[in-house]
Amino acid sequence: MTSFDKAYFNLGYIDTLSYGDSFVHRLDPRVKLIVTIVFIVSVVSFPKYEILRLIPFFLFPVFMMTAGNIPSGFVLKRMLFVSPFVIMTGIFNPILDSKTFHLVSGLTISAGWVSFFSIMLRFLLTVSSALLLIATTSFYGVCHALNSLGLPRAFVIQMVFLYRYTFVLAGEAMRMVRGVTIRSSNRGMGMGTFVNLLGVLFLRTMKRSEAIYQAMCSRGFDGEVRLLRSLRIRLNDLAFAIISITLFIIFRWFDIPGYIGGLVIR
Amino acid sequence: MHMSDALLSPAVGGSFWAGSFGLITYCANRLKDRVDDRIVPLMGVLGAFVFSAQMINFTIPGTGSSGHISGAMLLAILLGPYAGFIVISSVLIIQCLFFGDGGLLALGCNIWNLGLYPCFVAYPLVYRPIAGTGASSRRIMIASVLGVVVGLELGAFSVVVQTVLSGRSELPFKAFVAAMLPIHLAIGLVEGLVTAGIINYVRKAMPGFLEGRSLSDMRGTMKGVVIAFAVMALLTGGVLSWFASTHPDGLEWSVERVYGERELPVDGGVITRWFRDIQEALTILPDYDIPADSGGQADTVEGYPSPDVGTSLSGVVGALMVGIVILFIGMGIRHRRLKG
Amino acid sequence: MSHHIVEFKDVCFSYPDGTEALRGVSFRITHGEAVGIIGANGAGKSTLLFHMNGCLMPSSGTVLIGEFELNKKTRADIRKRVGLVFQNPDDQLFMPTVYEDVAFGPLNLGLSEDVVRARVEEALATVGCYRLKDRPPHHLSMGQRRAVSIAAVIAMQPDILVMDEPSADLDPRSRRQLISLLKGFTHTKIIASHDLDLIMDTCTRCIVLSDGRITADGSAEEILMDEGLLVENGLELPLSLKYRCMQQEGAFHD
Ligand SMILES: Nc1ncnc2c1ncn2[C@@H]1O[C@H](COP(=O)(O)OP(=O)(O)O)[C@@H](O)[C@H]1O
Ligand SMILES: [Mg+2]
Repeated sequence: MTSFDKAYFNLGYIDTLSYGDSFVHRLDPRVKLIVTIVFIVSVVSFPKYEILRLIPFFLFPVFMMTAGNIPSGFVLKRMLFVSPFVIMTGIFNPILDSKTFHLVSGLTISAGWVSFFSIMLRFLLTVSSALLLIATTSFYGVCHALNSLGLPRAFVIQMVFLYRYTFVLAGEAMRMVRGVTIRSSNRGMGMGTFVNLLGVLFLRTMKRSEAIYQAMCSRGFDGEVRLLRSLRIRLNDLAFAIISITLFIIFRWFDIPGYIGGLVIR
Repeated sequence: MHMSDALLSPAVGGSFWAGSFGLITYCANRLKDRVDDRIVPLMGVLGAFVFSAQMINFTIPGTGSSGHISGAMLLAILLGPYAGFIVISSVLIIQCLFFGDGGLLALGCNIWNLGLYPCFVAYPLVYRPIAGTGASSRRIMIASVLGVVVGLELGAFSVVVQTVLSGRSELPFKAFVAAMLPIHLAIGLVEGLVTAGIINYVRKAMPGFLEGRSLSDMRGTMKGVVIAFAVMALLTGGVLSWFASTHPDGLEWSVERVYGERELPVDGGVITRWFRDIQEALTILPDYDIPADSGGQADTVEGYPSPDVGTSLSGVVGALMVGIVILFIGMGIRHRRLKG
Repeated sequence: MSHHIVEFKDVCFSYPDGTEALRGVSFRITHGEAVGIIGANGAGKSTLLFHMNGCLMPSSGTVLIGEFELNKKTRADIRKRVGLVFQNPDDQLFMPTVYEDVAFGPLNLGLSEDVVRARVEEALATVGCYRLKDRPPHHLSMGQRRAVSIAAVIAMQPDILVMDEPSADLDPRSRRQLISLLKGFTHTKIIASHDLDLIMDTCTRCIVLSDGRITADGSAEEILMDEGLLVENGLELPLSLKYRCMQQEGAFHD
C-alpha cells in the first residue's frame, strides 16, 4: 500500500466512524465542539511541571471513545504516532532543565523529565480529544456548528465543498498514483512525475469546478448558498455540556489525585 | 511544521486563534464583493485538490527521502491571497481534525504560521514583484522558490516564538531557531520547485487563467497586508506583555536570551497593565494568579519549583487510583454497549 | 400551455477552443412530449442540452423557452422552468446531506422554510429515496446518487425536465427503477442518451444528432427500428429489438 492509500483510507475510515449512531454521535455538534475546546484549554492551562493533576482529565476521551463506540485500537494507534515535532521540542527538557523535585524524602526526580512527561500527557489528551470529536461528529456537523457559532457562511460553505470533493478528487488521485507506482516498480514517484500528475489533476479539478458551478446555476444559484436551520439543542446536550464543563472546572481547580491519595494514605 | 497543543499555553493559543479567525472573517467578507460567483465552488474544489495533493508522497531528488507539499503558496497564486488564505485554513482544519496534526487550540497558530505568511507576506511582497506579469517561466520559478522559502521561514520562526512564549519546552530560543530555519530552507526549496512546476503547467494548459485574474480581486492587497501586519504587531505585543505579567517561568529565560536582559521592554506599559487588569478580573485559572501587589515576579522564580505541583507521594497514589477508576468506567460503558 | 414549449432556431455553438459542437440545429418540442436525443459520443448532445437553460449561450441562432427568448436577462427565469439533470451526479450533489441538497434549489426560489421542507420530502418520496435523507452524497451508490439528483431537480417543480445520460453507470436494477420513474413523469421530458433501450421505453419522439447536426427527427418507434439510419449515425439497434430480430431469424431457420 502506498502512503497515499493509507491516508485516503484513513480519511474514509474516520468518515465512516463519524456517521455512527450513539449517545455521543447524537449530541449537538456545537455542544461537542465547545466542550472539547474547554477541555483542551483546561488541560494546557496547567503549569509546565504538572503531571498528576492531568490524569483525571483522561475521563473525557475515555468517555467519548467508549460511549461513542469508537474502537480503542484506532485511537491508540493514532497516539503512537507521537508527533516528531512534539518529541523533538520536548526531549531537550530533561537535558536542559537540571532542577530536581523531592518525591518522598530521599527520592528525587529531574524536573526536566517531569515537564517532558507533562508535554506527552498534554499531547495524548489534546490530540485524542480532537480526533474523538471528529470520529463522533460528521465533518458537516462541525461545519454547521462553526456556522452557527458565527464563522462566515462563505468560509463554511467552502469547507463543505472541500470535504465533499476530497472524496471525489482523492479517488481520482489514488487511481493516478497507483498507475504511476505500478509502472515505476515501487521506486517511488519522482518530482517531475509528481508535477505532471498534479497538473493533470488540476485540469480535471477545473473542469469539475465548472460543472459544479453550472449545476448550481441550473438550480437557481445567485451567489449565495442558503441553508436550512437544522440544529436544535436538546436536554441531553445541555446535560452533557453542564456535567462535562463542571467536571473540567473541578479537575482544574482542585487537586483530586492529592485529595484521594491523602485519604488513602491516612 | 505544525504547532501542537501540547507545547502551547492557553494565552498564546487563544491570541492566535483570535488573530487567525479574525482574519478568516475579514477575508470572507472581502470575497463578498467578488467579481465572479464561480469562486464559490472553485475554492472548495481547489481545496480538495491541494488536500489530495498533500497526501501524495514524492521522492526528493538527491536524498532518497520523500516529501509532500503544503500548497499555501500554490493556492495564493491560483486564487489570490484572500481566497487562498481561506482555503488553506480549511485544509489545516481538516488536517487537524482527521490526522491529529497539531490540535484544536494550536489551529490558530498553524493557520497563522502556514497560511498568513505565504498568502499575505510572501505572495504580495515576494512572489508578485518577481513573477511580474507572469510571462516568463524562469521568473515564475525564482519567484515561487523565493516566495515559498520566505513564507516557510517566517512560519518556522513563528513556531519558535510561539513555543518559547508558551514556556512548555526548555529549548533555548537561538538553538531552536538555528535548528528550524535550515530545515525549512530545504523544505521550501523543494516545495518552491514543485509549485513553479504546477504553475508553469497551468500556464501552458489554461492560458489566461492566471493572467486574467478575474476570479480573485487583487485590489487592496497592500491594504490587507498593512492590516495583517498591524494585527500581528498588536498580537505579539499583547502576548508578550501578557506573559510578562502572568507567566514568569518559561518566558523569563527566553526573554533574557532575546533581549539580553531579564525584563521585557514593554513590561509595565499600558498594555501590560491593561491585560493584568482584565486578567485579575477574570481569574478562572488559579495557577495564573499573580500576587496582589504585582511586583512579585522575582519571588515566583525563586520559589520555583513550587510545592503544589503535586509530586508528593499521596498525589502519585491518588493519580494512579483515578487512572484505574477511569479505566473501569471506560470498560463499564463499553461492556454495557456491547450487551445492549 | 404555451410556456412548456422548447424551440431551437438554427442554433450554432463553438467552444472557445474552436470546436464546432452545434452546426445549425432547429426543432420544436411542445407540451407534454417525451423526446429522446440520441447520437454517438461527441455528437453534441450535452452541448445541446446545456443550451436549454442557458448554461451555454448559442453563438448564433435563437433558443425559445415558452414565449421567452433565451438571453442573459431571461436566463434566471428560464432556469426555474427547465430542470436540468447533469450527466455526473457528483457534479450536482454538492451539499452535505441528501436533504440539504434537494433543498438547495427550492431555497433559491425564495420559498418559505415550510414549503421547502414539504417539497423536499415529496421529491425524495417520488424517487423512493426518503430514507436516505440524512446521508451524505458520498455514501450513496451510483443509482441512489442519480435518483437523488433527479429529486433535487423535480423539487423545483420545473415545467420541462431535461436529462443528460441518465442511465450512465447504472446497474440493471437501478436502470429499471429509473425507467419506471421516468415513465411516471407527465412533464415535458427531454432525454439525451446513447442507451437506446432507455429511449425506446420512455420516449415517443426521437431526434438523431450527428456531428452537431440533426440527421433525423421523428417517432421514436420508426427511428429506433431503422437499423440503417442508426448505423449511419454511429449507433446500434436497441438490444431488445436486436434480440427480437435474432429470435425471429432463429425461428425462420428452424
Ligand atoms: N468544454 C469543451 N471545450 C471544448 N470542446 C468541447 C467541450 N465540451 C465538449 N466539447 C466537444 O464538443 C463536441 C460535442 O460534445 P458533447 O456535447 O459533450 O457530446 P455528447 O454529449 O454527444 O457526447 C465534442 O467534439 C467535444 O469534444
Ligand atoms: Mg454528453
